[in-house]
Parts: sequence; structure tokens; C-alpha cells
Amino acid sequence: MILLRNVTKRYPNGHEALSRINLSLDRGAMAFLTGHSGAGKSTLLKLISLIERPSRGQIVVNGQNLESLSGRQVPYFRRQIGIIFQDHHLLHDRSVFDNVALPLVIQGYRQPEIARRVRAALDKVGLLHKENAEPVTLSTGEQQRVGIARAVVHKPAILLADEPTGNLDPHLSREIMQLFLRFNQVGTTVLVASHDLNLISSLGKPMVHLNEGRLQRREAEA
Amino acid sequence: MKRRRALTLPPVHARFQAYGINHLRALVFSLGKLYRAPFSSALTLLVIAVALTLPTLFHVVLNNLQQVSPQWSQTAQISVFLQDSVADEQLPALATRLAQRPDVAVALPVTRAEALEEFRAHSGFAEALDTLGENPLPPLILVTPALEHGSTTTLEGLVNALNNMPEVSRALMDLQWVQRLFSIMEMLQRATLVLSLLLGLGVLLVVGNTIRLDVQNRREEIEVAKLVGATDAFIRRPFLYGGLWLGLGGAMLAVVIVTITILLLSGPVQALSQLYGGEWRLGGLGFQGTLALLGLGALLGLAGSWITVNQHLRHIEPR
Repeated sequence: MILLRNVTKRYPNGHEALSRINLSLDRGAMAFLTGHSGAGKSTLLKLISLIERPSRGQIVVNGQNLESLSGRQVPYFRRQIGIIFQDHHLLHDRSVFDNVALPLVIQGYRQPEIARRVRAALDKVGLLHKENAEPVTLSTGEQQRVGIARAVVHKPAILLADEPTGNLDPHLSREIMQLFLRFNQVGTTVLVASHDLNLISSLGKPMVHLNEGRLQRREAEA
Repeated sequence: MKRRRALTLPPVHARFQAYGINHLRALVFSLGKLYRAPFSSALTLLVIAVALTLPTLFHVVLNNLQQVSPQWSQTAQISVFLQDSVADEQLPALATRLAQRPDVAVALPVTRAEALEEFRAHSGFAEALDTLGENPLPPLILVTPALEHGSTTTLEGLVNALNNMPEVSRALMDLQWVQRLFSIMEMLQRATLVLSLLLGLGVLLVVGNTIRLDVQNRREEIEVAKLVGATDAFIRRPFLYGGLWLGLGGAMLAVVIVTITILLLSGPVQALSQLYGGEWRLGGLGFQGTLALLGLGALLGLAGSWITVNQHLRHIEPR
């Protein structure tokens, strides 16, 4: 599903964020990406979601070689991916419902279909009763869950999350991770970047460790 | 296993449907934004309206002058005074010769005696003439030029040609002010053109600036939209509609202002034209003019936002 071959990312200032990364994640699999901040976790996720392009190497996502995708095709490519950030990137000028609806609006769904899918997604993250709320009135954990609902509302094949529990207490973090496990159970390929080793080592999924842009694989302990 | 979607574009009919829905949403959204910020929207519309009104008024005034001026040029007779040697009997033949020229509409011969008669009747110098004893007036041909929309060059050319004829002592245009009017009108036409270009550029800049602020205010939204798979066209659309509404709204306001101005002017203009014994009314924009102004406004608005959005959209990418 996700395949990286010899991928290197060097920024114009000479900093090499990733060096010769080889990584493969099967369809329907789930893995954690660990490492210190600055180890290249975010860069890796950005390369997979085509926010950035690699300096060298090949990336294949869902059967498409990203090198061959033109700028015009990038939006359509991104529609197969749900992305979640530590900072949830919610829009504060509209309700929870409208935030979650954005990917569907962009894809031109009709209103009844949008309402149905948005409510289903909000239900999955347990926020159905907050659909009319303004994002600022929600707690941090709730905002993060709205972000997750928005990432999954269009049923993407792949879910990428960059430090999704970075701002949350251990209890909320565990809840969020449980959500990802549930999405994985219904077939979504999930890749989560996190430095919370205590939490993720208890979840029984493979972990990939990044250190200064290089890869070290660790097996799950449970 | 869940159904997977590969990176094939959606089917054509679905894309058309999505396209229509997206257009409708962008249209409603951009109108709603104008509505939600009534004060700043009104100010922007007013600025655009003023910028469109000025050249439009110039244009309307020029149009009116051009419609009136053929009437004037018809009264622009050329008095062709002949040499004393030309006898009265030669006059009709000469007049016929002149009338055959393409730039002459009518050539009317006036003999010495007729000229004296007329002079006696109109000038009030009848007694003074009687004391002269001898008729001092030369024979005359009154030439009415056939002008195509009264360009000064042909008038001048005609007068020169007449002056060069051996039988002619002097050809005088009675209404040199017509010539001056034509020159003034040509100047005004140029001025209107320059003014239109400048103010059209002004409209582009006003719309561009408004849309630029709008793009900057919605930077975060654009980043998020790109992140969840919005195409550039999708992101551009509400801004383009926004520019379109500004241009169209400004043009509509300009039509109202121009119409009111013409209504205000039409009374005095009619009074003036009656003083000159004329019977013409101040023409308005007309249906075609109104359509043209609305279309131009919409086009300028669209162009202004298009240029701005394309310039700024490139720099906004998800980080």
C-alpha cells in the first residue's frame, strides 16, 4: 500500500531530513512511526501525502508512483488519504459539521449524502451531539476527534497521523489510539507518527523507528 | 475488506454533477460574503461604480455630440466668392460642375443682383448701399458640403480645393467653429479613451486588492482545503465569483448613477437646444450601452480576481 525505496529528502539549506529510507506497509496494515522530534517523522508523512517531494528515491502509494503524478493530479491523489495533525487544523469560522463536511464538499457530494456521511463520521468519534458546536467551544481532545472525523469522512484508503496525541493527557491519548485501531480493523491502512513509546508499545502493532533520518525497525512487543 | 478507490478520476457524469454543485455553492457562498460584510462591500462597490461612471458619462456626452453634429455640419455652408470677371451667365454651369464633386451636396448659384437683394433685406445697410450706386458684391456660389460624419480633414480639403480654382477669388467656411468642435470632440474622444483605460485599470486594482485581502484572510482555509484534496479550480472559484459580483454590482450602480445624471441634465439641455432653435434630446446609455457596461464591469471584476488569485494561490501550500 505504501512503499518507499531509497528515499532521501534533502532541504535546500543542506539539511538531510531522510536518508535512504526503505519502508513497506501492506494494504490494511497499521504501523507506528517513532523517533525524537526532528528525526524525520513529519517529513516522511509529508512525502507520502505529496505535501513535499523526495530529493531521491521512489514512493508508491496505493499503486501509484508518486513521481509520475503531476501537480494537477495531486488533489485527486490526496482524496485517497486522510491526514491528521497534532494541531488539528480546524477552521474556526464554521461549525463542527461544516468542518467535517469539507472533504465531501470539495468532492462535490450532494447535501443529503454529505449529512449522512458527516453524521456517521462524527458518530464514530463520539461527537454526534456536537455537530452544531463551534470548534473553539470544544476541548482539545474533542477538537482532535473532529479532526479525525474530517480525515475519515470520505473513507480514505490510507490514514496518516502526525503526533495526533501530542497535546493530550494519557487517558485521551489512549482513546484516540483506540480509534485508529478501530479504523484499521475495518480495512484502512494506518500510519501513525508518535513519540509516545509507552502508549504505542502496548498496542501490538509494528513500530518503525527513525533516528536522524535513518530507519531502524523494531518488532511489536505484544 | 472495504471498497478501495484507485486514482482513476470519477466518471464523467459524476464530475459534471460535482462541477455544477460546486459552482452553485461558490456562487451562493460569494454572494453571502458580500451580504455578511455590507459596509465594506458597499464601499468597494461604490469605488468601482465611480470609476466606471466617469468614462461612461464622457462616452454618453460624446455620443450625444456626435449625433447632433451632422445637423450642424449641414448648416456649415461654404461661401465661394468668385472673381469679378465671372459673368452671371457662367454661374449655373460652374455651380453644376461643383455639385458633381463627391464632397459637395448642393451648390447654389447667387448672382450679383440676388446677393445685393439679400444683403439689402437682411443687413439693414439698405440706405448705405443706395449711396454706393454701384453693386460692390461679387457673384457667389453657396456650397453645402457632403460630409461623412463631419471629419475636419475633408471639410478643409474641400475649402482648399475650391480656393485653388481659377474662377474663385475666395472660399470661406461660414462655420469655422464646427471645425473647432470637431477638433475638440476628437480630443475628448482621446481623453475618454485614456480615462477609460486608466479607470478600467483602477477597477482591476480595486477588485484585485479586495480579493487579495480575502485570500490572505482565508489562507488557513485554503491550506486545509488543499490538504483534503481540493483542486485549484475549486479554491479559485469562490474568489472569482466574488470578483465577478464586485464588478457586476459596481457596473449596476454605475448604470444607476449615469441614468440619474442624464435625467438631471436633460431639462437644461433641452432648454439650451431650444435656445439654438434645435430639437434634440439628451440620449441615455440605451439598452446596448447598459449591457456593454454591465458586461465590462463583470469582465473587469473577473479579470482582477483571476490575476490576483492565480498569483497568490501558488504561494499557499499546506505545510
